[in-house]
Amino acid sequence: MGIVDDVKAEGFAGLEHNFLTGKLEDLVKWARIRSCMPATFGLACCAIEMMGAGGPHYDLARFGMETFRASPRQADLMIVAGRVSQKMAPVLRTIYDQMMEPKWVISMGVCASTGGMFNNYAIVQGVDQIVPVDVYAPGCPPGPETLLHAIITLHDQIRAGEITRRRDRNGGGAGIQLDEPAPDAAAQPVHIGTN
Amino acid sequence: MNPADTPTASDAGQAAAAAATAGKISIEALDAALVHLTSDHAVLRMSETKAAEATAEAADAAFEPADADPVTGERMIMNMGPAHPSTHGVLRLILELEGETIIRSKPVIGYLHTGMEKTGEDLTYVQGCTNVTRMDYASPLFSELAFSLAAEQLLGIEAPPRAQWIRMLMCEMNRLASHLLFQATNGMDLGAVSMMLYGWREREEVLRFLEMVSGLRMNHNFIRVGGVAADLPDGWRDEAMRVLEPLPERIGEFDVLLTNQPIWRERLQGVGVITAEEAIALGTTGPILRSTGYAWDLRRDQPYLHYDEVDFDVCVGTYGDSYDRYAIRLAEIGESIRIIRQVLDKMPTGDYRIQDKKVTPPPRARIDESMEALIHHFKIFTEGFKVPEGETYAAVESPRGELGCYMVSDGSGKPFRMHIRGPSFVNLQTLPHLMADSLIADTVAIISSVDPILGEVDR
Amino acid sequence: MSLDEGVGAAEAAETDDEPVASVELAYGVPVTTSHGQQVLHPSREQLVDTVRALRDDGYLMCIDSCGVDYLTHPGRSLPAGIQAERFEVVVGFLDPAARRRLRLRVQIPADDPTCPSLFAVHPGTEALERETFDMFGISFDGHPDMTRILMPEDWVGHPLRKDYAIGQIPVQFKATHS
Repeated sequence: MGIVDDVKAEGFAGLEHNFLTGKLEDLVKWARIRSCMPATFGLACCAIEMMGAGGPHYDLARFGMETFRASPRQADLMIVAGRVSQKMAPVLRTIYDQMMEPKWVISMGVCASTGGMFNNYAIVQGVDQIVPVDVYAPGCPPGPETLLHAIITLHDQIRAGEITRRRDRNGGGAGIQLDEPAPDAAAQPVHIGTN
Repeated sequence: MNPADTPTASDAGQAAAAAATAGKISIEALDAALVHLTSDHAVLRMSETKAAEATAEAADAAFEPADADPVTGERMIMNMGPAHPSTHGVLRLILELEGETIIRSKPVIGYLHTGMEKTGEDLTYVQGCTNVTRMDYASPLFSELAFSLAAEQLLGIEAPPRAQWIRMLMCEMNRLASHLLFQATNGMDLGAVSMMLYGWREREEVLRFLEMVSGLRMNHNFIRVGGVAADLPDGWRDEAMRVLEPLPERIGEFDVLLTNQPIWRERLQGVGVITAEEAIALGTTGPILRSTGYAWDLRRDQPYLHYDEVDFDVCVGTYGDSYDRYAIRLAEIGESIRIIRQVLDKMPTGDYRIQDKKVTPPPRARIDESMEALIHHFKIFTEGFKVPEGETYAAVESPRGELGCYMVSDGSGKPFRMHIRGPSFVNLQTLPHLMADSLIADTVAIISSVDPILGEVDR
Repeated sequence: MSLDEGVGAAEAAETDDEPVASVELAYGVPVTTSHGQQVLHPSREQLVDTVRALRDDGYLMCIDSCGVDYLTHPGRSLPAGIQAERFEVVVGFLDPAARRRLRLRVQIPADDPTCPSLFAVHPGTEALERETFDMFGISFDGHPDMTRILMPEDWVGHPLRKDYAIGQIPVQFKATHS
């Protein structure tokens, strides 16, 4: 009952050293950073390194991120780890849309960032053509340390509030407009140029 | 268990190391297997659009059970994947379910198709290994090896002895890493989540060795046409011993944790059974074929590099179930350790790359001194060396089975056709047959025991 | 023009008046050696029978089946009597008991890109032939599910054909500040 005695003795001044005050916004950001659950979206080689980051040597658990949520509804962070093929692109967008706000995307590896070494018909040249990306992590594959650096960079951005400010400016996204496909879209299949 | 001994699988007889030659398969038994392999009994041959429609129809039918067909009315087409938590990549399964039982299924792939075979036609032979190494990303050195062997066959050259022994060392280390990854992901898929940490703890040590020698943890681009990219660094022997020393004891820990554990056995024994005839008819190789009791391992039966000069056993199973496949991979870790120890003893001195000016770039120091060296360096890295016209097939035993490279050259500096026979692509065809008449809950165990790597499935 | 159906005999080319040199035969089809590996050259009509004969002889496993498009390299060497076509289907076989391998190269013309399927003899060719269909447009008769396997189902074009561009996009560089 030390607090009660302090208040009796000193009034509200007695409360000071037992309370931490701050802004609600900071508290929210602190919570978001410390429990940023990644969605399972490992595609290719980068997924193996992502698993390595969750392993005992690099340990994502100290960031509160070792449980990869299988359900996108429960996930905050989508780490696109690997090359995104033409067939996978709609699936990626579906998963991203199912995630609840606030959500973030780390593009892990060069294939996810720009298409990497595969500049061809089969690979989407950068996942930012489909989803807004917050942090790009280069590497082929980026080692777990690079991924951790990307995650910490993301955490810094969340802490700085930069992301919420940017989203407000852009109207809640990276300015990507998706039009509904025309009803007869199936009749006009994708066509890649020939020589 | 004596830590000094290389570990063998537990005494249940599930994975007896056998030096027996491949068992006798009769044509009659094969024909009998063909009857149901070619029927529609296990494989759901339905296009994706039709499956989507069937799902919608079934959803509608659920509200009118009276009109439902009495036999097939209870059946439902369900989609599993491509983004699902099993850590085996982007594999999608269309399942035809009756309650919890899977009647038929169809693996749908292509979600990781990267056009690597097309890219391979656009890259020189020097660059080719960077491409193929990203196919089987859990054991990339094997893909590089198959590519390099095929190119060397076309060129009519052979890598020098030290290069071949270095290749063997790195490949067996890679096999260790791949099988440890299997133990980690298999354990986690089946609920032994701590296996993920144990498997990765061991794998990180192996990756440290691979990084010390090749510079990278994954996708090394180390085994190249003509030899390897660089010589083994000083202190490699100590580092290799440092990696190998604790492994037998740690594998013993896996044994204690998993092999005799009743839950593990219940979940894996009798699950996903395949017979030798079915496996052979489907073109399956690797641990899946060996789990049926059929002893076929390219390292022993069609040796490449210097595998005929090292002593090791081929691990086979008995029942062809998932438990056998788990035990085989665990035992193969022990065999790889054994091979690596022999490689450490037998490593010869010599060149790490063939000293053929037309194929191997000159050492960097010579470029400053010699005009000829500069020109060779320039030609090799811009247009690449020319490979004589021809076609050939080279195969190696990767942790998943036979990894082959069919290469056609038209005489230019780029492969005319480079096709990689990915073992997981062919092994994935067993999936519907393994999963027929099993429960949904066993699906993950079965997929995990097939150990597909979608990079080499889709290429 | 495909090889005549005569079994065990080397036939002269139809348009050739001179008798061709006798071609070595194995299992009734011409055979060559490539880098120490045996290569058979059956016609499309001979394919399934040859594969059955191989299986009876011990080549139990069909290891690989892929296509090749020789559009930009027509002048390749083939045994006498085999007409070079635009496409080839290459099928590899393995005899585990005797530890030997061989492969078959079947010529497929561009105007009729079809080939008999080996599914009935080796069900393991199901996925391999679907891939060849997807990448080259070679359709396999008798295959139970001749649909695309790697590309999306509504994709147009066959990517591994030589007249299909690799589909590169130009790499964009940021403008440098002077």
